[in-house]
Amino acid sequence: MDVVEVTGGGRENLVPGTPLLEVEDLHIEFHTQDGVAKAVNGVSYSVAAGETLAVLGESGSGKSVTAQAVMGILDMPPGKITAGRILFRGEDMLTMSPKLRRTVRGRRIAMIFQDALSALNPVLSVGYQLGEMFRVHQGLSRAEARAKAVELMERVRIPAAKQRVGDFPHQFSGGMRQRIMIAMALALEPDLIIADEPTTALDVTVQAQVMDLLAELQSEFNMGLILITHDLGVVADVADKIAVMYAGRIVETAPVHELYARPAHPYTRGLLDSIPRLDQKGQDLHAIKGLPPNLLSIPQGCAFNPRCDRVRDVCLTELPPLVPVADEEGAELPGRRSACHYWRETLHG
Amino acid sequence: MGSYVLRRVLQMIPVFFGTTLLIFVMVYTLPGDPVTALFGEKAADPAVVASIKHKYFLDQPLWKQYLHYMGNLFQGDFGTSFTGRPVSDIMAGAFPVTIRLALLAFVFEMILGLALGMLSGLRRGSVQDTLVLVLTLMVISIPVFVLAYIAQTVFATNLGWVTPTVQDSYDLSQLVLPAVVLGSLSLAYVARLTRTSIGENLRADYMRTAVAKGLPRRTIVLRHLLRNSLIPVITFLGTDLGALMGGAIVTEGIFNVQGIGNVLYRAINTKEGPTVVGIVTVLVIIYLVASLLVDLLYAVLDPRIRYA
Repeated sequence: MDVVEVTGGGRENLVPGTPLLEVEDLHIEFHTQDGVAKAVNGVSYSVAAGETLAVLGESGSGKSVTAQAVMGILDMPPGKITAGRILFRGEDMLTMSPKLRRTVRGRRIAMIFQDALSALNPVLSVGYQLGEMFRVHQGLSRAEARAKAVELMERVRIPAAKQRVGDFPHQFSGGMRQRIMIAMALALEPDLIIADEPTTALDVTVQAQVMDLLAELQSEFNMGLILITHDLGVVADVADKIAVMYAGRIVETAPVHELYARPAHPYTRGLLDSIPRLDQKGQDLHAIKGLPPNLLSIPQGCAFNPRCDRVRDVCLTELPPLVPVADEEGAELPGRRSACHYWRETLHG
Repeated sequence: MGSYVLRRVLQMIPVFFGTTLLIFVMVYTLPGDPVTALFGEKAADPAVVASIKHKYFLDQPLWKQYLHYMGNLFQGDFGTSFTGRPVSDIMAGAFPVTIRLALLAFVFEMILGLALGMLSGLRRGSVQDTLVLVLTLMVISIPVFVLAYIAQTVFATNLGWVTPTVQDSYDLSQLVLPAVVLGSLSLAYVARLTRTSIGENLRADYMRTAVAKGLPRRTIVLRHLLRNSLIPVITFLGTDLGALMGGAIVTEGIFNVQGIGNVLYRAINTKEGPTVVGIVTVLVIIYLVASLLVDLLYAVLDPRIRYA
């Protein structure tokens, strides 16, 4: 088979901290019968090798759509990338030939999906589905691929991997299935893994195991990881930095612990306040009032304005840019940005 | 798997007895006396009639007749027709013809039906998709005898490629046109079923996974999409094989194919009880075996069924 290589060698050649993936000003629309839904409106983020970026947001915030665009699995049509660049090791994947793009998928960037039961093919054995990576991308024989599949299953700690390699997805428990998804993503030791709500469909106890496994393998292989989630609890332990999305825009970015300690956007604050806490037992839960915006008609100005308790006139007319934020002395906080006209009040007040 | 097969085989027993009893009752309660009819215009000698009736057990109550028939059947004896020819003989002449006709029709509907279904299913909303939808709708709406006469007019009368009716039922090439007509309705269903099934599976999550794995499109379609999409189609095809054998009466009649359908039609007209019951019994067995095979095949294709 012909092997088309993307520039750059293995991960070892990478300067630490150099972005592996850069998304620049990405715009994505969906053309529906009711009109044009603006799902992503100028999203930029970057991930370096060994780094974990958590993308946080409600459903419809554009977090998954952005990831699908990066992966090249966006349904087009109805989806359409109207502007922006997606650079992988400095090369724009949106202008790459489909053939070259396909060699990036699975081999350099892999994806873990939310619901492993539906994301795995029901009629093919897990061994086949894992081995397929090696057979297609590396031209291994059926037997070699099967041996590799067993290795992978052992790597993600599936008990009795040798006996279970011929089993089908429905014969595994939810946690084991998600491990198989992880194994599949890891198969070719990609540079970057995108995990789209990897633990949402799992029991809480299994969630922690799967997250730990993912984090461990990530540091072992020094991979970049984009963790898409709506669950603040999942993020805290594993992420380095967080991007909070709302209505197709990033509204705040911050190193993970700083974001938890002092959010710089009312939406982030609302999200943090809505986590049920044991020390507030018996009190009403805080919820952000209202509903996420309809993407067919995103509000003028700041998209969060109908739900914000600090809303002022300027919020209704002017779109707040994502700007660096500073501490009380005016020193810029590294990695911190907010898209709120009144980020100072939110951060310091 | 073993207990599943056993259960399915056991289920066949009551179905077999139920259907044969039903057809037995229906044939023997038909108005008119087949033995008297044998004499045509001539007056029947009551003694001869009585002796023939005795010979064929027709003087016995129905339940005794049924038990007697079943008893013989399990010894491989399908009885004797009123003309004195063993029913097994009659069937041995006609079944090979029908089996060939049915298999030809089956191959035709399977290959073309799947091809058309994939063509339209993979390119929804395209010109070829619309074309397939319109054509199959036409085939489904037109009764088979109309289709048969159109085929005769076009291919025999106008183009002269074939003779309007089949001269030698054992000649495979002459069976092609009847087979196409016979298989056309199922072809339309196969095409539409394939199209729908592909459409559903195209949107499935595992397809997105396959793309994300960086697999070539050919692998995605052949290995992942078709493997899943064809499960309902194969189920349909399997049961249809049985239906093609029994459902060829009209087609065989129009094209003068000397198969089971023609024999059955004549036997019903002359109230040839033993022949009708014999043929229908065999058809029932074919149906049962075909559906058993389909169920087993289904379990092979879809691992989720296997341990149910």
